[in-house]
Amino acid sequence: MNAWSNIKAIMKRELGGYFTSPIAYVFLVIFLLLTGFFTFTVGNFFERGEASLVSFFTWHPWLYLFLVPAVGMRLWSEERRLGTLELLLTLPITAWQAIVGKFLASWLFLALALALTFPVVITVNWLGQPDNGVIMAGYVGSLLLAGAYLAISCMTSAMTRNQVISFILSVMICLFLILAGYTPVTDLLTRFANPVVTQTIASFSVMTHFEAFQRGVLDTRDVVFFASVIGFALFATGVIIRNQRAG
Amino acid sequence: MIKVENLTKAFGAKLAVNDLSFSVERGEVLGFLGPNGAGKSTTMRMVTGFIPPTSGNISVGGHDVLEDPIGAKRLMGYLPENAPGYADMTVRGFLNFVAELRGMRGDERKRAVNHAVELCFLENVLYQTIDTLSKGYKHRTCLAQSLIHDPAVLILDEPTDGLDPNQKHEVRNLIKRMGENKAIVFSTHILEEVEAVCSRVIIIDRGSIVANGTPAELKARSELAGAVHVRAHGMPAATLSERLAQVPGAARVEILGDVDGRVEVRVYADKSAGATLTRSVAEAAAREGWQLDEIHTEEGRLDEVFRTITLPDTIKAAA
Repeated sequence: MNAWSNIKAIMKRELGGYFTSPIAYVFLVIFLLLTGFFTFTVGNFFERGEASLVSFFTWHPWLYLFLVPAVGMRLWSEERRLGTLELLLTLPITAWQAIVGKFLASWLFLALALALTFPVVITVNWLGQPDNGVIMAGYVGSLLLAGAYLAISCMTSAMTRNQVISFILSVMICLFLILAGYTPVTDLLTRFANPVVTQTIASFSVMTHFEAFQRGVLDTRDVVFFASVIGFALFATGVIIRNQRAG
Repeated sequence: MIKVENLTKAFGAKLAVNDLSFSVERGEVLGFLGPNGAGKSTTMRMVTGFIPPTSGNISVGGHDVLEDPIGAKRLMGYLPENAPGYADMTVRGFLNFVAELRGMRGDERKRAVNHAVELCFLENVLYQTIDTLSKGYKHRTCLAQSLIHDPAVLILDEPTDGLDPNQKHEVRNLIKRMGENKAIVFSTHILEEVEAVCSRVIIIDRGSIVANGTPAELKARSELAGAVHVRAHGMPAATLSERLAQVPGAARVEILGDVDGRVEVRVYADKSAGATLTRSVAEAAAREGWQLDEIHTEEGRLDEVFRTITLPDTIKAAA
């Protein structure tokens, strides 16, 4: 249980770091404004005339594309810039505990942001009779999606002490994960690649896997997909940090 | 407590640390000296387990730093170079965080934090965030962090850097006091600090140990060590120095000043002759009736030893 208490201590510090600086509040306000804007204005929530949150969840992959790397970019690059990495890794904890602690703290923060969107759920329930199971599945999918992006941001953050570079790199990687399964792109691909190739590429995309959640389907394969993206990116983070220390 | 054997670190083709071996016991304060880039910080980073060595063994309190890093890190307190700290945390929050990762809870943690705060004089800034602290306070905050679990081994990378003279004095006393029952390694550029605090000194140059001994032993290697400083009046400097050069045990004489008939000379000792030069000079003065105002034996100077040992060969050859 020692490992867990170390992870908890790191989570606590990391979360505290969000809330003692304006980052947390700026992020929460912008996140809520944007989800509202996309759901009601761009997504035509009212004009659709259906009691569902499709117009809410559809935009999440795009919204997270910029917002999640903004949360994750400082995780490791800040430690390297301040020199606190040396302090952290000479304390009696393993690099894994630090990586997991930091990741969980940021994920928890994103979960909080997502939880604060509860008024849309109330709204849709007040206006009609939506399938709340589908909405729940949508939230689970959205949280996993955010976790996958976040893990990638962790990884790019460990690569550099420059937060801007870290941000741009993770946006690029996440954008690739979206586009690989984005309908206009897959349509383009089918024109000159055979369907098997197109499908293989699309199966790497977060879009393909996120769609099932939006339809209310909790498929193990989709959960495994997101979990393995998270696992892989965090593992890569560990390798990057170890290589940097080896010099 | 600390045992380092054949430690080597290469960054690419460059050898930062080359086959370093030393050990530090409880009750010892080891001073690490060396020019910038000599490999002091790299060595400390390896001992604390931050970077792995290219080859060699390090053990701290019987724990191998590579095999059992957590066990070794538990015993160590470490103040990294430039005293990093989380900018957005308060001093108290930061110390609490470190204490928690050191496995302390509740009352035990509170006591440990308070004690560290007291030792490092941080009472006035407890609730300030670290980015608002002056350099001296920032440094002491990081020092407090390294002491919080009362470690058996302390590794301090330039602990007095950026402190004012009073704070330097306090920190030196603290190190000296703690050195009585801990094994301490600290690096510095300030030579007087070494004399004031260390029980042993290692000088590193270009990754290798070039000198290892007590401050007194090192000072004895100085050309100045054992030299006799003489002030006299009533005779020309040239005559005095000529006579002094004939005193047994004198290697050469340097005229330091000759103002209004007051002469000041230094007689360098012939190291092989033993430590009797001062007596010989005094006897010669009595015999020949020189009017001496002052006579004393000089101790060696560490900065001189440091310079002769660590100057690059090219400069040495030219000099």
